[in-house]
Amino acid sequence: MQDLLRRYGPGLTLIMGLMVAFWLLMLVIIPNMTLFEQSFRPYLPVREVGGPNDTYSLDNYLKVFDGTIERSFLGFTFQIPVHVLTFWLTIWYSMVVTVICFFMAYPLAYYMAKIVNPRSLPTLILLLFIPLWVSEVLRAFAWWIILAFRGPLNWLLLNLGLIEDPIRWTNMGYTGVVIGLIYTYVLFMLFPIYNAIQSLDTNQIEAAEDLGAPWWKIHWRIVLPHSKPGIAAGSVMVFMLSAGSLLVPSILGSTTSQWFTQTINQWFNDALDWNTASAYAFLLLLLCTLFVSLAMWVFRVKLSDIAK
Amino acid sequence: MNFRGTSQTMSAGIDLENVCCDFGTFRAVDNANVSIRPGEFFSFLGPSGCGKTTILRMVSGFIEPTQGVIRIGGEDVRGKRPNQRPTALIFQNLALFPLMPIWENITFGLEVRGVDKASRRKRAEELLQLVDLPGAAEKMVSQLSGGQKQRVAIARALAVEPQVMLLDEPLSALDLKLRQHMRAELRAIQQRTGVTFIYITHDQGEALAMSDRVGVMSQGRIQQIADPREIYNNPVNGFVASFVGENNIFKGEVQQAADGMASFSTPHGTFRARLGDLGGRDGKLYVRPEHTVISVAAEAENSVPVTITDVSFEGNFITVHATGDSGIHLTAEIRNDGSATMPDRGTRAYMAFDPARAAILPDANVRG
Repeated sequence: MQDLLRRYGPGLTLIMGLMVAFWLLMLVIIPNMTLFEQSFRPYLPVREVGGPNDTYSLDNYLKVFDGTIERSFLGFTFQIPVHVLTFWLTIWYSMVVTVICFFMAYPLAYYMAKIVNPRSLPTLILLLFIPLWVSEVLRAFAWWIILAFRGPLNWLLLNLGLIEDPIRWTNMGYTGVVIGLIYTYVLFMLFPIYNAIQSLDTNQIEAAEDLGAPWWKIHWRIVLPHSKPGIAAGSVMVFMLSAGSLLVPSILGSTTSQWFTQTINQWFNDALDWNTASAYAFLLLLLCTLFVSLAMWVFRVKLSDIAK
Repeated sequence: MNFRGTSQTMSAGIDLENVCCDFGTFRAVDNANVSIRPGEFFSFLGPSGCGKTTILRMVSGFIEPTQGVIRIGGEDVRGKRPNQRPTALIFQNLALFPLMPIWENITFGLEVRGVDKASRRKRAEELLQLVDLPGAAEKMVSQLSGGQKQRVAIARALAVEPQVMLLDEPLSALDLKLRQHMRAELRAIQQRTGVTFIYITHDQGEALAMSDRVGVMSQGRIQQIADPREIYNNPVNGFVASFVGENNIFKGEVQQAADGMASFSTPHGTFRARLGDLGGRDGKLYVRPEHTVISVAAEAENSVPVTITDVSFEGNFITVHATGDSGIHLTAEIRNDGSATMPDRGTRAYMAFDPARAAILPDANVRG
């Protein structure tokens, strides 16, 4: 603050301080606090708002446990509340997306950081970025077309002789959603890992090889441990963005796929019950944060590593 | 996994036969021929960019020669990756693994070979003993000083029991005192283990002090291969003479040659000196400052009248700079035996040299 004052004078410092305060207060704190406060109040007709029935409770949060359905998994049959199931499937498939993104991004990141000729790197990065210039909606629809029953993917697989009958990709549970999310968020995995690997001294890779290590051992003992912060950062981003995505599940989802964000959206826009919707939104945020913290603890990653 | 101790077994010789290495149109190594004996401490000495590191990387397998054959222990190693060669490379920046404790660093090569953890741990202690660093096993790389890291790097390379150790200027990051200490240490480890050492350096003092033989390189070509004394006392060309020490240099022409001696006519007088192998090229006369003497009266031959311009006291010797009457700048070094007197600036004197200590040599052996 002292530094700012000395460098820019009181006038400019005041303006900057006010702008930061505006950002934090108006765009972050007030909207979230409003929703947070609402999430504890019942959904009432307008004239009862502020009346004797308008009291704080956890009822909205407990609604996730309403409406159990029967499911069987690995031979066990059990009763599970439908929204809890949606939540777990959202977490599970977000994890699947994260893991697949990692396996796609890591080799490419390594290639970009250590193998490719530095002169062709800008071209490569440009090629990777071009799809990002197109709106996310268009990209999701593009995949909708690619995955269509008479779409190009089925045509290709049929002509290659890999399948005998076309496949209904977008009607196979979460397949469409997972493909769409991977495509949308894989770069968020690629670049943190690329940065991490790039900072690895190439001599270390050569030293390991010189000491007799085969390629997989070099990756397992040298490159992967070094790039762990990058992998963690990428994973957190891909996981959170996937779990929080509404657009991709809405466009590429099937009749049997439900994303938790869609449930929240239904409370907001179909039921018009903003109170319950807020409660669900905070549940998603809280549980995802808990889940990520747990994963970071398991993999022994510190928050400060990721911030780098 | 017994350590070899003082035995001279297991080390391999290395032969480079007509080895060339091109990077695009640039020839980094040009027709290198050298035969390094098993158990020898061999140094490649040269300025940066002379191709010495390229030779090292070809021997270790990170670069394949464009032409020629490299043999390690008589076996052609063409197409073999670094992890299939009996060599261990010590990198200039050491390239220790910062995320592993010291003992895992040292035994990484054994881990790769599937040695169980208990034996690896035991071996790490033995090697730490060998490099005089006991008790560091559990430390992390970042906790060690420069010299200690150096020892860990040596231990890590020795752990895989290489037949050849390749060292890429490993001492360049250390300060002067430590560097001199590690020189002796490296030499001692080499003699204790009997492994062939190939040492890369641009520091002539290092190369001369440590090596059995030295290969001096310039612009991709090996200029001279000989033991350190021979390199210093009888350099084959001007590049070698200048790279390993200081010289007074006279330009001129060879007049009469007989019995390996020649008279050499220069604008500063005609001198007699040993005649090197000029190979049809022009030569210059080289004489080292410590072989140049100062006298009050003119000597019978090889004497130049000068005016002393500067005198600097260096401790173990005194450097005297002078300008000849014909304009040439000459330097003489007087050994400080405790009674040496310093001549005054501006004094008229003669600088002279023994014909046997001066040589007429061609410039460097480069493409032309």
